[in-house]
Amino acid sequence: MLNFTLRRLMFTIPTLLLISFIIFLILDMAPNDPTGNLPLTIPPEVRATIRASLGLDEPLYIRYLLWCQQFFVNEPLNLLNEWFGWCIGDCENRLRVSSWATRSPVVDLIAERMPQTLWVVGMSYVVGILIAVPIGVISAYKQYSWFDQFGTFISMIGFSVPTFFTGVLMIVIFSVWVPNDSIFWLPSIYDTTHKVDDWSSFVFQIRQMAMPVMVLGLYNAALISRFMRASMLDNLTQDYVRTARAKGLKEQTVLLVHVLRNSMIPVVTVIALGIPQIFGGAIITEQIFKVNGLGQLLIIGIQGADIPLVQTLTFLFAVLIVLFNLVADVLYGLLDPRIRYD
Amino acid sequence: MTDSSLEDDRKYRSLWGDVWSQFRTHKGAMVGTVVFLGILIGVAIGPYLWDIDPGFANIRHRNQGMSWEHPLGTDQLGRDMLAQVLQGGRVSIAVGLTAMLLSLVLGTLIGVIAGYFRKLDGPLMRLTDLFLALPLLPLLLVIIMLFRDTLRGLFGPETGIFLLIVFIIGVTSWMQTARIVRGDVLALKEREFILAANSIGTPSQRVISRHIMPNILSPIMVSATLGIATAIITESALSFLGLGFPSDFPTWGRLLFDGTQYISQAPSRVIWPGLAISLTVLSVNFIGDGLRDALDPRIRGR
Amino acid sequence: MNLKHLIAGTLGAGLLASTAMAGGHEAQGRDGSVNIIYWQAASIMNPYLSGGTKDINAASMVIEPLAHYDENGAMVPTLVDEIPTVGNGGVSADLTSITWKLSEGLLWSDGSAVTSSDVVFTANYCMDETGGCQQLSKFGGVESVEAVDDLTVKITFDGPKPFPYGPFVGSTTPILQAAQFADCMGIAAPTCTDQNFGPIGTGPFTVTEFRANDSITLAANTNYREAGKPAFATVNFKGGGDAAAAGRAALETGEFDYAWNLQLAPEILADMEAKGVGTVLSSFGPLVERLMINLTDPSADLGDERSTVAHPHPFMSDMAVRQALSMAIDRPLLVEIGYGQAGKVTCNVLPAPAIYDSPNNAGCEVQDIAGANALLDEAGWEMGADGVRAKDGVRLSILYQTSTNAVRQDFQALIKQWWSEIGVETELKNISGGVFFGGDQSSPDTFQKLFADLEMYANNFDGTDPEAYMGNWACAEIPSPENAWLGGNMPRYCNADYDALVAEMGGTADIAERARLAIAMNDMLMQSYSIIPLVHRGNVSGIVNTLEGVKLNAWDSELWNIADWSRSE
Repeated sequence: MLNFTLRRLMFTIPTLLLISFIIFLILDMAPNDPTGNLPLTIPPEVRATIRASLGLDEPLYIRYLLWCQQFFVNEPLNLLNEWFGWCIGDCENRLRVSSWATRSPVVDLIAERMPQTLWVVGMSYVVGILIAVPIGVISAYKQYSWFDQFGTFISMIGFSVPTFFTGVLMIVIFSVWVPNDSIFWLPSIYDTTHKVDDWSSFVFQIRQMAMPVMVLGLYNAALISRFMRASMLDNLTQDYVRTARAKGLKEQTVLLVHVLRNSMIPVVTVIALGIPQIFGGAIITEQIFKVNGLGQLLIIGIQGADIPLVQTLTFLFAVLIVLFNLVADVLYGLLDPRIRYD
Repeated sequence: MTDSSLEDDRKYRSLWGDVWSQFRTHKGAMVGTVVFLGILIGVAIGPYLWDIDPGFANIRHRNQGMSWEHPLGTDQLGRDMLAQVLQGGRVSIAVGLTAMLLSLVLGTLIGVIAGYFRKLDGPLMRLTDLFLALPLLPLLLVIIMLFRDTLRGLFGPETGIFLLIVFIIGVTSWMQTARIVRGDVLALKEREFILAANSIGTPSQRVISRHIMPNILSPIMVSATLGIATAIITESALSFLGLGFPSDFPTWGRLLFDGTQYISQAPSRVIWPGLAISLTVLSVNFIGDGLRDALDPRIRGR
Repeated sequence: MNLKHLIAGTLGAGLLASTAMAGGHEAQGRDGSVNIIYWQAASIMNPYLSGGTKDINAASMVIEPLAHYDENGAMVPTLVDEIPTVGNGGVSADLTSITWKLSEGLLWSDGSAVTSSDVVFTANYCMDETGGCQQLSKFGGVESVEAVDDLTVKITFDGPKPFPYGPFVGSTTPILQAAQFADCMGIAAPTCTDQNFGPIGTGPFTVTEFRANDSITLAANTNYREAGKPAFATVNFKGGGDAAAAGRAALETGEFDYAWNLQLAPEILADMEAKGVGTVLSSFGPLVERLMINLTDPSADLGDERSTVAHPHPFMSDMAVRQALSMAIDRPLLVEIGYGQAGKVTCNVLPAPAIYDSPNNAGCEVQDIAGANALLDEAGWEMGADGVRAKDGVRLSILYQTSTNAVRQDFQALIKQWWSEIGVETELKNISGGVFFGGDQSSPDTFQKLFADLEMYANNFDGTDPEAYMGNWACAEIPSPENAWLGGNMPRYCNADYDALVAEMGGTADIAERARLAIAMNDMLMQSYSIIPLVHRGNVSGIVNTLEGVKLNAWDSELWNIADWSRSE
């Protein structure tokens, strides 16, 4: 297994380089332009100068290599400098990957947005899993019971109604209809500058997280519970379950040790594939509740054709995807020792 | 087995006959089928029965509630909602089903090949990683820029965009299915019955179609039901971004999106398209459940 | 910074504080915090590096120009005592230079004195060719900017400049502190993150925390020149979401005090206002939503010569068709459905300021389907069996493009229907704004290439002088492959008489005469139906009822008078 993991890790480097180049190519070909969102009062000649000042006149490969150098060499060196105070080379004037819209280092922007995204999207994912796994297990064990039917109904609603609708619905109910002084009133706008330092500020943090977490959690729970249920159903009819029962094992053990473990394989895939998406943020939900996390950063970057920002974000995203797919593969091996990769 | 079948005087039953009779006993699946067929028939012949032009803006009748003249009310330009929901259903269901099928075929194919043939596992999974990592929106912009005019010229504005949208949704949503299918195949491949099949020299193609496929149906079915919903919603996101159908072309997702703004003024504007999407997804889900049970010989025998 | 400045700064601050007490003014910062929401978040606080309205507005709370436009479009002095004119000798008689005199005793928020060298620095900062300054056009024709003495700046132009108020008037060109930005000239401009996020200014507030594309926290500037202002101690400037959410926060839940640019359907806005928490304000600048007719042939068969003057349009070149299209539109209804109190019917592409508004084109507000049909009949366009008119095998079938935006799509649907009533077939197309307005050379969907029969968007001009705006429709401004599709003449309108008027305006200083010329140009465009104006659009913002002193301004930053805002109880 260790061997396999190492081999895969070696293989990821060229893969990631290739992915980064393809992303760059796509961003370059995309027809939107960094001056596209500027007011029309700015004349075309000035726009041409702006484009030139962003380096858009250079050929594609030069811009790509420049990004590579800034991202793979300058950024790590800068981190060393900031964390340990080591200064290698010209650390004063080192060119970092800078966003075109904000003219500030992309990595700093990402670090600034990480907390709210992890809090909101990460929490909703945890909530989603915590709801989904028991629901999936019980639904499958008591197939076609009222609990199962109800669970199916709720999760299908959760999945087929998009978050742009549930989010607005929640705001209309909890921020507009519920009076301001009620304990059920929830803020419709997330305050990213809020700091948790005592009980009341913690309560406020919970309140402002409540709606986005509910909206996203419902969606995640719907998705995961469907896969959980299907996979449990498959395994419940297997021979080994009959054997285990025949041996006189407690039903609880059969269900939670034997069946659950074997049912986790597709679910682990779904969960592992979902984790990078936590870091990708949730574009629509973040927008509705003004969470302004990584998802909003990405969409603003895309709309404004901010190539360095989008390139860096999507590349980091790609790294996470490749990594978590590896994690999923390793987990398969642990969950089912029969799976061998060598 | 042979003796019993000789003694048995039941008439010969085909595999699909068995499947059908099992399927019929599944109450949810039957209800789902009826509802789904109802929706299909509704959107297919509905626009002929309710022949108000969904694009006709009757300004004097705008923002109306339910009435005999407009059973589902009208929108902010006075367009009849019933006509729009019926017309929009055609597009949404067509897009949902085709895009789902495309992504399912792609995902299953890649997942099975990657899981079964060890040599292809690495390259195919890296390809999956690549697709997962691609930034969707810029990719869409590029595809639209490259192909919109060509397809519009070849097939006309509506069919051209339809093909483009189905292609885009299909090509960008197969990865999860592929990963899940591959995971399942990896586990199945080590089971005794596959070893047995391999050891008597069954060709890979046959092992896959006879032994692997039936056993990975449940995750595929789940992907399929979720896929329809995703496709319908994604289509609405595309038109919202100006990448989808022309704006005077109603679809369920678009109606829902447009209606969200008016949620406090006219809740019915979001309820009807939302209900239509949910009902479709729910009924397809139950059909999927029933199909899976019906295709599983262990359950069928019970 | 030297000792002298420091001492002057401390003294100045002391003086201000003492006058505040002596005058019996209320204390600065008495009203606590004000919450402002912009649904497009500010990404930078330096207007020279971002021309986006949101960025300019955010920056206007901190850095200020020499003079502002007030809510009526009149110039008011900000950092100077009076506006230079030919009359008071501030503008030279030959119109080639303008001399500004800074007020005495002005201080930056760090306590140092504002001098003419800061103004000179700012001009050089923007005019540096490698910096990519986005307000460069404001400095068009500027030959030199020099400090005559500590408080006097002279701007010299390379020729007569009838309207010399481009640089340093309005929030797009504020004064930067030379000491802070000294290392940020030219190619270094984008690397000065700290400076660009937290400029030192003369405005009522200073930046305490800047989170790009998210939120800005500001605190009152203790060195602000007016005693007792601003009334608010802090500003919380939040960005993100959409117009509906911003409206809800200010008009329904009251979480925010000010919500910018509430472009919502009128009935939604009215419903929100009916909650009684807040009020909707609107004000009108020169913004006009219009249809641009393509006078050249956009057919894809023409390849590289698509939409160029070499090929006239098969039917749009017929004036009767253009006029009929305009007559079939019910403008009051468009206003009612799309903009409500934020829109007015207009028959001119130049509807404001009032002296430039032509009185000669009235009558377009009445829809006349019958008249349009008669006009087309007369011109020989005969109704076919399929309900579409045709002449000599040319069908009146139109591709109508615009950017993606809910109101624009509603307009498209309505206009398509009206045109179908006069036998014109319309195909609608909407393109994401970033692509449509992006000007990317490889994209066929930009508004400059106009590979369609007509397109709809809105445009205006900065400040109050329409010279550059009206110059857009000169022959030389036609976008074509030769000039890389750069140019503002989307209809490809070319008329020697029009060009002569443009040239004449460039040499005329008298304001009444300039107005006559602008009106003549506007009438030429309107009467040839090359541009079909639809709606004169205003700015709409929402405020909670407890916020006082807000004067919505369409000519300058909306937050131009935030120093005068206060809270009532």
